[in-house]
Amino acid sequence: MSQVDTTTNAGQLLAAASGGRRRLGDRVFSRTAVVAAVTILALLAGVAIFLISEGYPAFTAAASELPEGKTFLDYVAPLAFGTVLASAIAAVVAVPLAIAAALFITHIAPPKIAGTLGYLVDLLAAIPSIIYGLWGIFVLGPAAVPVLKWLEEKLGWIPLFEGPASATGRTMLVAGIVLAVMILPIVSAIAREAFAQTPRKLTEGAQALGATRWEMIRMTVLPFGKSSVISGAMLGLGRALGETMAVTIILSVSGAVSFNLISQANPSTIAANIALDFPESSGLAINALIATGLVLFAITLVTNMAARAVIARQNHE
Amino acid sequence: MESASVADSPALARPSSLLASGAGWRRRAKDRLMTVLIAGAFALAMIPLISLVFEVTKRGIPGLSLDFFTEDARGVVGEGGGASHAIVGTLVITGVAALISVPIGIMGAIYLNEYGQGRLRRALTFFVDVMTGIPSIVAGLFAYALFELFLGPGIRLGVMGSVALSVLMIPIVIRSAEEVLKIVPNHLREAAYALGTPKWKTIVKVVLPTAFAGLVTGVMIAIARIVGETAPLLVTTGVVDSMNSDPFHGRMQNLAVYAYNEYRSPGVFKQAAYDKAWAAALTLIAIVMLLNVAARLVYRRYKTEIR
Repeated sequence: MSQVDTTTNAGQLLAAASGGRRRLGDRVFSRTAVVAAVTILALLAGVAIFLISEGYPAFTAAASELPEGKTFLDYVAPLAFGTVLASAIAAVVAVPLAIAAALFITHIAPPKIAGTLGYLVDLLAAIPSIIYGLWGIFVLGPAAVPVLKWLEEKLGWIPLFEGPASATGRTMLVAGIVLAVMILPIVSAIAREAFAQTPRKLTEGAQALGATRWEMIRMTVLPFGKSSVISGAMLGLGRALGETMAVTIILSVSGAVSFNLISQANPSTIAANIALDFPESSGLAINALIATGLVLFAITLVTNMAARAVIARQNHE
Repeated sequence: MESASVADSPALARPSSLLASGAGWRRRAKDRLMTVLIAGAFALAMIPLISLVFEVTKRGIPGLSLDFFTEDARGVVGEGGGASHAIVGTLVITGVAALISVPIGIMGAIYLNEYGQGRLRRALTFFVDVMTGIPSIVAGLFAYALFELFLGPGIRLGVMGSVALSVLMIPIVIRSAEEVLKIVPNHLREAAYALGTPKWKTIVKVVLPTAFAGLVTGVMIAIARIVGETAPLLVTTGVVDSMNSDPFHGRMQNLAVYAYNEYRSPGVFKQAAYDKAWAAALTLIAIVMLLNVAARLVYRRYKTEIR
């Protein structure tokens, strides 16, 4: 960075020496750049300020004025629970698959096709969420019904699969799996980048000592990429927390707070609840929905900042 | 076997005896097993992509017709009608969002890479990261809250959707633009300065043209990312049946909201509505894929060779 600074100063000196008109051009251009930077910061501040100002009335309103006749805290708690549950399923399913996909691309697949395979994984991120939603309810949901039945019969003693199994597949498990597909490319891309940067002296050293490929991966690649994988998983989690349409379409919601992943009665998520109720709401109900949006914003913010902190610490080392 | 480092492993300490030793087959078997598992996991991750593209194509084709692209849906019950209003809505909403985001994003990246220093630069870097994590629905709520303040409750406008999408698009543009500006070599800037070129002219005439292909690619990818957004538009642009190309008056909807609405309120003729939803999904996927492929081609074809 210091190199840039010195050239910058030299350039400015030269420009300054060569007359006022050029200096004017420089002033205008650099001011414009600063204005753009400040605008972006103001926009982000605006998001927080407007959500707070429009959400605030719901925090103080009496229970009787709010949707479902509950206080705001009672209103948002089951939604927050549903949000975290769906995202947790997504992360649990997506992270191992994403790590495996990243390992496959960086260390197992022939290098010639690795680029193409990586591109295919990235394509998953390009598909709009509405299409994941339609796919989830028309394709994956019906296909999952026998699996849900099997889970109820064989593993019904675990509270997660207590049942009764849904006959449509519109369950928390299916919604979580679709979310997993949606966040897989993000997690995988970050893992891939880290795995590819494993120093060659480590990987080749391990193999020269006779390690098999798996031993090489386990002893050099995985430890080297560990913190990247953690931060990638958290970024993926953040994405899943705020994902709206797939959950809105797939999940059959009843407001129940339960860990039962395969039944028809599920808690909604904050984002899905907004998408479902906002178009038909007015008055204080709008404020309440915006306030839940603020809660969602806060949750994703904390998750993302924690992920960035992991990255920053690792860059520091 | 579960030792943590290379040096701890007894087998690795004696490389010569590795393949010959009795334990060798076990380690090779484990290697095979893990290779198969990893490859299997990759294949598993690809199944949704294949299934999704296949199903969207299969289910989308029946709903596609000339009418789908030329008619709107005013007064249409059951079959017939089209999504031309949604296609126009997609173009207008996305176009206005790009008009807002691209200049701000690229100037922001120029600030970060060419001018920025000190606290403002650090703050911008940090908050752009934060911004990439904003849930799309929250961006929609922000745009609604902003316009509601000035125009009253229940307001729905195309431009509100564009503002919401800009919140999502700016960080993508700025990130990709920063990446490509970073790889413009310093000796080009120095050469320009040595000729007495002022800094702003160096940026406009040297840095930006060198990075041009990368900038265009980044913008195209950013557009592909927002063109299929549903949630933020659901709360800002609303749902509408008839053609409206004016972002400053009345409701508008894009293809994604159209698909959602056809799915959610199919009316009496369910299959006809579902067909239209899938047709819209297919059109959308085609647009997104085209943008992605075109972005790659632009980059390959026009990127400046830097030596």
